[in-house]
Amino acid sequence: MKQGQFEALYQRDWQALATLIEQLEARKGSVSAEQLAAFAPLYRQVCHFHALAKERQYSSYLVDRLGDLVIRGHQQLYRRKQPLVHQFLRFIVTDFPRLVRQEQGYFWLATALLYAPALLLFLAVLWQPDLVYTIMAPEQVDKFEEMYNPANRTLGSARESSTNWQMFGFYISNNIGVSFRTFASGLLYGVGSIFFLVFNGLLFGGVAGHLTNAGYTETFFTFVIGHGSFELTAIVISGAAGLKLGYNLLNPGNRTRVEALLQAGRVAIRLVYGVIIMLVIAAFIEAFWSSNNILVAWQKYFVGAVLWGVVIAYLCLSGRQDGRKPPHES
Amino acid sequence: MILDTRLSLETPEGAALPLAPAGLGVRIMAFLIDMLIKSVAIIIVFTLLGIFGGMGMGIALILTFLLEWFYPVYFEVWHQGRTPGKKNLNIRVINDDGTPVTFGASLLRNLLRVVDFLPLVYLTGIITSLFNARFKRLGDLVAGTLVVYDADPTPDPDFDIKGRQPVPTDFTTDEQRALLAFAERSKRLSPERQSELAGILLPVLKTDEPVITIKQMANSMVGRQ
Repeated sequence: MKQGQFEALYQRDWQALATLIEQLEARKGSVSAEQLAAFAPLYRQVCHFHALAKERQYSSYLVDRLGDLVIRGHQQLYRRKQPLVHQFLRFIVTDFPRLVRQEQGYFWLATALLYAPALLLFLAVLWQPDLVYTIMAPEQVDKFEEMYNPANRTLGSARESSTNWQMFGFYISNNIGVSFRTFASGLLYGVGSIFFLVFNGLLFGGVAGHLTNAGYTETFFTFVIGHGSFELTAIVISGAAGLKLGYNLLNPGNRTRVEALLQAGRVAIRLVYGVIIMLVIAAFIEAFWSSNNILVAWQKYFVGAVLWGVVIAYLCLSGRQDGRKPPHES
Repeated sequence: MILDTRLSLETPEGAALPLAPAGLGVRIMAFLIDMLIKSVAIIIVFTLLGIFGGMGMGIALILTFLLEWFYPVYFEVWHQGRTPGKKNLNIRVINDDGTPVTFGASLLRNLLRVVDFLPLVYLTGIITSLFNARFKRLGDLVAGTLVVYDADPTPDPDFDIKGRQPVPTDFTTDEQRALLAFAERSKRLSPERQSELAGILLPVLKTDEPVITIKQMANSMVGRQ
């Protein structure tokens, strides 16, 4: 068949598909049920035309035009639409804690990398107060001292709600940004994640040790215990996700490195979803609860302890009832 | 053999998706456009919300955070794989298997920009993308994504010449395709260049007007008058 005849005979079909694709791409235009039902057969038909046109060596402009329709039709046909709310709930209730348990090797390693340096520097600073200056500049130390000095009470009973909001925004952008970097830099053979975990651990241990020396324990620990459960655990999990990337790059086993990374990435990004949720909760607690000084110390310790219990119980127990294994792929 | 970067993926329908991965230059351009848009948006957000004091600043910080990390994710997932910059330059992000990019893959490739950026100005990403045939930076490798050109809608070729002539029967299919390609491309060539190219075929075609002869042969190949 000559190309001209072919075009004259079937042009109507691919023009119909082209208009339909344009409507679907625009998302605003309404597409009727009959049109939708016609889409898949029409698309297969055009795939067939494209193959024919190529096989019969028709001119490249026709082949390219049909090829373009095949690509765009493919994008529309294989678009994934998911029931978002249901998936989101399912992820929080079962998938995420299961995933953390499934990857607990990385989780415990990241935990050690954060808390061991923290504890070491905490004890070291108690023993030799000057050691705090090994990781922080004197001005920074002064700032922390001022922040948690019970005499100032700037964290304040009288803090305005607008300041709370400002701090909420700051915690969101800062903390989630830090956890994203902790995760992503794991791709450098794990080195980046290790660095961020250890560094943050040292910072925390140093500040805690220094403020204990200064006698500001109450203001400091009542402040951090509230959101610490969510924030520290989230940082650990983002570190664990980064370590998973790094380890798979180092030791891909029987797979190519790219394949190993692809598989690790699919799991790791799901850990990051959970980290984002936990850090939003942490920022909320930090901005609106931890800074509240109306409550007395034992009340804050009590609530803080309960929140730690909630986080630990959630990660250990949630999603155990249902015997199915967590999905490995997104 | 064709020396280009095109690749073709087979779909469940048995059709071969012709894909053209987008190279470094066009992606950098798209990135710069996006960066400009983001910067302008951030300036506007801070000037407008700055009026409202602490609460305004809090919201501004959250918006900036969202712009910094989720701007590409939003556009890639909900706007056919195209950020404004990519749309402007006719490129889009897709999954390795040719399907529209998914949320997880998009978030992953954009979070890993942190690593591609190292040590500065995306040096790691640039070097990585130059070392593989599909121009993937590290984020694309891990997330399993690909940046491709949107096929340009090709204009209907018009050979400007009426009449037909039969193609000599001893021409192979490839040679016939070459004639057709010449006729299709002729709009973009100067008349001098056209006759220079067509002149190569003079000994075979036995005619005084090789350009017209070739176009008339093309007419008969595609079946038009």
